[in-house]
Amino acid sequence: MTSNQVLSEVEYNVVGTRPVRPDGVDKVTGRARYGDDTNLTGTLQAKVLRSPHPHARVKSIDTSKAEAFPGVRAVITAKDLPFASLSKEELGGDYTALKFATDHMMASDKVLFKGHPIAAIAAVNGHVAQSAMDLIEVEYEVLESVVDVREAMKPGAALLHEDLRTNDMGETADTPSNISTHMSYATGDLEKGFAEADLVMEKEYTTATVHQGYIEPHNTTAFWNSDGQLNLWTSTQGSFQVRATVSNILRLPVSQIKVTPMEIGGGFGGKITAYLDAICAVLSKKTGSPVKAIMTRTEVFEASGPAPASWMRVKIGVKNNGKITAVETEMAMDAGAYPGSPVMQAIVCAFACYDVENGKVDGYDVVVNKPKSAAYRAPGAPQAAFAVESLIDEICGELKIDPIDFRLLNAAKEGTRRIEGLVAKRIGLVECLEAARDHDHYKSKLENGTGRGVACGYWPNRGFQSSVVMTVNYDGVVSLIMGSVDIGGTRASIAQQTAETLGIAYEDVKPTVVDTDSIGYTFITGGSRTAFATGIAAISAAEDVKEQMISRAAKIWDTSEDDIEFVAGMISHKSDEELRLSFKDLARQTATTGGSITGRSSVDPSGEGNGHAVHIADVSVDQETGKTDVTRFTAIQDAGKAVHPSYVEGQMQGGAVQGIGWALNEEYFFDDTGKMLNSSFLDYRMPTSLDLPMIDTVIVEVANPGHPYGVRGVGEAAICPPMAAVANAVTSATGNRMRSLPITPGKILEAGWDSVKS
Amino acid sequence: MATIFIPTMLQKLTSGIKKLELDASNVRQVVDRLDEMYPGIKDRLVEDDEIRESLAVAIDGDVAIMGMLTKVGENSEVHFVPAIGGGF
Amino acid sequence: MAGVTQVQTTLNGEVINFLCEPRQSLLECLRDVLGMTGTKEGCNDGNCGACTVIMDGRIVDSCLVLGVEAEGKDITTIEGMATPEGLHPLQQSFLENAALQCGICTPGFLLASKGLLDQEPDADEGRIRHWLAGNLCRCTGYDKIVRAVLQVSKAK
Repeated sequence: MTSNQVLSEVEYNVVGTRPVRPDGVDKVTGRARYGDDTNLTGTLQAKVLRSPHPHARVKSIDTSKAEAFPGVRAVITAKDLPFASLSKEELGGDYTALKFATDHMMASDKVLFKGHPIAAIAAVNGHVAQSAMDLIEVEYEVLESVVDVREAMKPGAALLHEDLRTNDMGETADTPSNISTHMSYATGDLEKGFAEADLVMEKEYTTATVHQGYIEPHNTTAFWNSDGQLNLWTSTQGSFQVRATVSNILRLPVSQIKVTPMEIGGGFGGKITAYLDAICAVLSKKTGSPVKAIMTRTEVFEASGPAPASWMRVKIGVKNNGKITAVETEMAMDAGAYPGSPVMQAIVCAFACYDVENGKVDGYDVVVNKPKSAAYRAPGAPQAAFAVESLIDEICGELKIDPIDFRLLNAAKEGTRRIEGLVAKRIGLVECLEAARDHDHYKSKLENGTGRGVACGYWPNRGFQSSVVMTVNYDGVVSLIMGSVDIGGTRASIAQQTAETLGIAYEDVKPTVVDTDSIGYTFITGGSRTAFATGIAAISAAEDVKEQMISRAAKIWDTSEDDIEFVAGMISHKSDEELRLSFKDLARQTATTGGSITGRSSVDPSGEGNGHAVHIADVSVDQETGKTDVTRFTAIQDAGKAVHPSYVEGQMQGGAVQGIGWALNEEYFFDDTGKMLNSSFLDYRMPTSLDLPMIDTVIVEVANPGHPYGVRGVGEAAICPPMAAVANAVTSATGNRMRSLPITPGKILEAGWDSVKS
Repeated sequence: MATIFIPTMLQKLTSGIKKLELDASNVRQVVDRLDEMYPGIKDRLVEDDEIRESLAVAIDGDVAIMGMLTKVGENSEVHFVPAIGGGF
Repeated sequence: MAGVTQVQTTLNGEVINFLCEPRQSLLECLRDVLGMTGTKEGCNDGNCGACTVIMDGRIVDSCLVLGVEAEGKDITTIEGMATPEGLHPLQQSFLENAALQCGICTPGFLLASKGLLDQEPDADEGRIRHWLAGNLCRCTGYDKIVRAVLQVSKAK
């Protein structure tokens, strides 16, 4: 029994190998510099005062006593931000967007969630700032709050934003509502589809608010220099994203802001939003000193962006042979305090694994008195997959069809048109399902009292802008400069693609992640885009280097560039065998043939190639306590081509385990007013090593035609199947269907035991 | 001629027509021609001369990177799909 | 505000002195007073293990130990794991097994694993999983971390 398999289509020299990552030694010796390791001379510490109420009007704020406290250097409120002095007329159409962005960072007239920033203090140290916080006097008028997504949608629900009106694809409603957006897509003839079905099932599902759970809290250091230059050192998935946010809120040109992305201690989508940067910047401007802030873990839970809670209704019609005839879903997700939940991605992903002729999907983005939700690994798709894959499992049970056979019968493949209309390109879902069917885990016998579940997942993956520059040193080592933050092996995977393209050794590529002044625009590390898009930028910059090296060789040999080829790190004359130079030989001659060689590339590639995953989960459920243990787990995923298989396995295992936590333990507990009651790692219970078995993996490689080496993103599809896989396994063990996450011992005991199963 | 897929929610503006063919060499022309045929549809797709923030336009399955200037091929399929919301 | 206290402790094999306020945690003293930022803060309330150090042979969350409690103790941090001769076998194994992604929990896991193998050189998978349950990792799902520790353990 192998625990980690790779089913390769094509082998390369460097791509597909497992070298030690370039930043590895720094990270195992404690030398790597994370955001909070920034220590500039004279740095002040900032603390943020936050609202104790989920919904309240701010009547007055008095900061005078805090300002007078010994050691305090500055106190700011929303009044210190540019929005406070800009009129609606001046801002025009940008008014609401800037109000939301500014208010989210620091509330002006209303607080909309517990933890909403109200004021910030910079002091000589954190203890002083903390003590001074108690001296800020805020008068609130507490308002009725709304926490549940469906309650918030009802007419008459407490309104968060008096002027928010539902946008129905460009059409705005007349009356205010907490529903910010509704979207709907349909294909075929729904009525006809359901009429043709032999079996129609319709169920409702809910999932709880969960957090990405990165171990490093948000942090930032800002220094606003006397020359007007703002410098930020921060923990972020996207330095250019931070620059854009701060530029927008502080009304500064982007070139006046330099963002240096420090090493990042996890993000999973949660470190795209910039929470502290503009606050520290304003405090720095006011004090003339560098200002640093780090969130407490409670602040991370209460005031950064969790993934939304959801309500989903799914209806599926099938023929007796298992063929799907029609599907329908309505999904509502809570965006938290400001619009922008990923529900539209959820409806697009919901049925993407299946070839569906008749279907309709509706999504509702709803504001509630919770922290503004943020991206979390395949935003929207995991909730949708939980609902759809659970109902499919239920249908398989009714029809007595093997769940993998059912999925193979209906699987999306190249040419399948999805409900929103786009046509699938070369995808590897069928190959993943076949690998699952043939895996010894799936074929193994279940022990008494245990259950098995399978589920699949889809994430479209992304392209977007990336920039790479590389210089050839005269010892033949290439310095690779990129803007993509390294969140878990980026340096390695981009260096591998560079080395592969140049035909040189992996060790001869030295990657560096640089600040926003030192590289072209690069979008976030997220969306499963980096190995793909920054990879393409690196390949294209390497091609640029190759062309320049060919032209140098042409000069040395006094021949035409057309006579020269660059193959596997050797530059050779096509017809004269004597004329050959290795990459290193030619690098040594750069100084005498025109100077250093620099390759560069900025790209915005399409062709990202959709990702699919299939998971198999075995669980045992304790009949006395209702506790579920995952006893065996296998993750299967199409990576296109795994650049560094160990880190691809790591993504698959990490995604699976986050999903297991989402399925079984993780949940924000709110009181009736929306106050979170479990804002620590003790009470918000993420999986530990003791809760888990080894996570077996199968990397399936169905080359993505949109990438030179066939690479597809792998980070996100991995978190889509596990919740349904676990829930289906629990049903298999207990005989009861769990349609609400998390599947706590309490819910299992309440559902009781179906005597059919043992 | 390019095939334009009318988003479900806008099909009431096209009397239920789900897709149609028209001559256009870029997205701007697609939107303008659509609006000539079905007045008001442009407002639902475009804001401040850009595709609405909540939408993305896809040409032959690839999300357009040049917005209104994106080229549309002779036999292209044009879709208006949900944009990536929530910052992902 | 209370005054400062002088603390003498053995840190990574060297006797050192530092000044701290009674309210400062050992984590704060290591990072802010001594500038040793290899020890990481994840929760500051003893639930994530990112700040794990070894004190007199026992692993502790340095956020739950006061700086003044370090008086007379023998403390090992991540900065003391490698020697001029090279990396500690656990560090090497973490690298080779890709047992880190973002790396923020890595110093804590390395110290906790060292604490285990120093006492129980033949710890098996079950023992390793039990011992490391006080350290949270959100990236890896623990699989490759457990394998990396197993590779160094004599149990295998």
